[in-house]
Amino acid sequence: MQAYIIRRLLALVPTLFFASLIVFVTVRMIPGDVIDLMLSQNDIAAAKLGREQLEKALGLDQPMWIQYWRWVGAILFHGDFGNSLWQNTPVREHLLARLPVTFELGLMALIVGLSVAIPIGVYSAVRQDTPGDYVARSFSILMLAVPSFWLGTMVMVFPSIWWGWSPPIQFVPFAKDPIGNLSQMIIPSIILGCALSAITMRLTRTMMLEVLRQDFIRTAWAKGLGEKLIVARHALRNALIPVVTLIGLQAPLLIGGAVIMEQIFVIPGMGLLLLDAVSQRDYPVITGVFLVVGVAVMFINLLVDLSYGLLDPKVRYR
Amino acid sequence: MAQPLLSVRNLSTRFRTERGTVRAVDGVSFDVAAGETLAIVGESGSGKSVTALSILRLIPDPPGKIEEGEILFDGQDLLKLDDVGIRAIRGNRIAMIFQEPMSSLNPALTVGMQVGEPVNLHRKSSWAKALDKAAELLGKVRIPDGRSRLNSYPHQYSGGMRQRVMIAMALACQPQLIIADEPTTALDVTVQAQILALLKELTREANSAMILITHDLGVVARYADRVVVMYGGRIIETASARELYKSPRHPYTLGLMASVPRLDGDTERPLVPIDGQPPDLATLPPGCAFAPRCRQATDRCRSERPPLVESAPHHFSACFFHDRLAA
Repeated sequence: MQAYIIRRLLALVPTLFFASLIVFVTVRMIPGDVIDLMLSQNDIAAAKLGREQLEKALGLDQPMWIQYWRWVGAILFHGDFGNSLWQNTPVREHLLARLPVTFELGLMALIVGLSVAIPIGVYSAVRQDTPGDYVARSFSILMLAVPSFWLGTMVMVFPSIWWGWSPPIQFVPFAKDPIGNLSQMIIPSIILGCALSAITMRLTRTMMLEVLRQDFIRTAWAKGLGEKLIVARHALRNALIPVVTLIGLQAPLLIGGAVIMEQIFVIPGMGLLLLDAVSQRDYPVITGVFLVVGVAVMFINLLVDLSYGLLDPKVRYR
Repeated sequence: MAQPLLSVRNLSTRFRTERGTVRAVDGVSFDVAAGETLAIVGESGSGKSVTALSILRLIPDPPGKIEEGEILFDGQDLLKLDDVGIRAIRGNRIAMIFQEPMSSLNPALTVGMQVGEPVNLHRKSSWAKALDKAAELLGKVRIPDGRSRLNSYPHQYSGGMRQRVMIAMALACQPQLIIADEPTTALDVTVQAQILALLKELTREANSAMILITHDLGVVARYADRVVVMYGGRIIETASARELYKSPRHPYTLGLMASVPRLDGDTERPLVPIDGQPPDLATLPPGCAFAPRCRQATDRCRSERPPLVESAPHHFSACFFHDRLAA
């Protein structure tokens, strides 16, 4: 098990290398140039800084591969993600401030998503082709069809028109006011969680139906077990193995969705940071965010692989 | 004669399919006495497995349904019990062993838990006690080192070992009746004999009755007291095992015997297969179901269904020519 984890972590090194390379190069290939943007700003133009001077000051005059090695070297040896091109503040501080917020949103959405998807998926399978099953499946299709940005916007707009109420937009950190923070995060979490739950629910239902047809379920009936025990003890664990895989695959989706939710509900997470950085072509910030997201996705998938061992006794880590 | 342990009366189980209603079991009646081993023999699709599943009401509904009949177990009609009532019988007083030991055990649960589960459920024992019992049961079915094997999983076992686990599970609550649905079909030939001998020994030891479902007449000869031969969802012949071997009174039974190799007889004699295919239960002919494959069939066989009649004492046959066959 330990050796397995170490090997998996080592395997992350080449993955991260290529991911960082792609992130670094593609960001600089976005049409539009940070220097053009800066020169169009009045205060810089007033300082009469020329294009060459600006490029030199920001280190953008070097060939791209030197820029890359400087960037990677600083991260590896100093944990330094560089400075924001605009604010000249360390990217690391931005990330550290924003990361927990997005993490909280993602985690809450995941909890909401799973606690909606798994019970409903199981119910839907056990009561296949009953009205309850149809309602659950319709809900799933609806959630799949309705984009979360639209739902988020509706929740922002209509309650304020009808009841003069809208979700709070003044962000309070969890450490300062847990209840205020949670009441603010819960709405975007539910919207995001429901979007995630749609596919998970369908898969849970399909897998449950598959497992309930297996011979060992008939064995369980022949032993005299009741339906609840059969579902909970004999079927669920076998049905959840592919569902866990799906959760891992949905991790990038979760982060992408969080970016959108942060924008709508004005939550100062990484999504908002990224969006601002992209529109300003703030390369170090963009690459920093991408790198952190990439690492997060890789770790989630490692956790998913490890959790197979808990569900499926055939999986042995060697 | 004392009241039989199990008395199946006029059982009919049907399946609704796209091609119409299939009478998988049609008016089947038989008794099982306490401690007795009854074999139900027939080809695939003869209705023998459906009969077995019907006894414990394990037929998936839909599409299946037990349409009529009585299944009297210890004087109690199992078909009239409510959900809780039948669950108290299953695994407790009647246990079942299935054909596929590979897929009939839960891959995600330990062997100990699966064997101890009926004890925990029906005897209301704590899990610790149920696992003690499971270790004892594994020893009984000759799985060496049972205690340390409680925590292993089915995939770590061979096919024969898994079927031993299934037997241990079935014996857990000392049932009065064990239904074994082709318990050795999926196993290697060398393991088959071991498993059957073990099953027979343990049922005798516990004084349990057994319904042994098989398509192998060789198995029947060694292990069964009485035999029911099924064809097309009906019983076509029933007798004591000895009597059936000595003088079969149905052409289908004769055909089955001619198609089984015998080491004690003339080994030079070629095997004779039964021509044709098993009947399609959705479109059974009006007469005898076996008539299309029967060499002796007459026009009467094709238009009129022969009733099951007592041809000799305790020997029933559903053939118009049962007397002639015996001669």
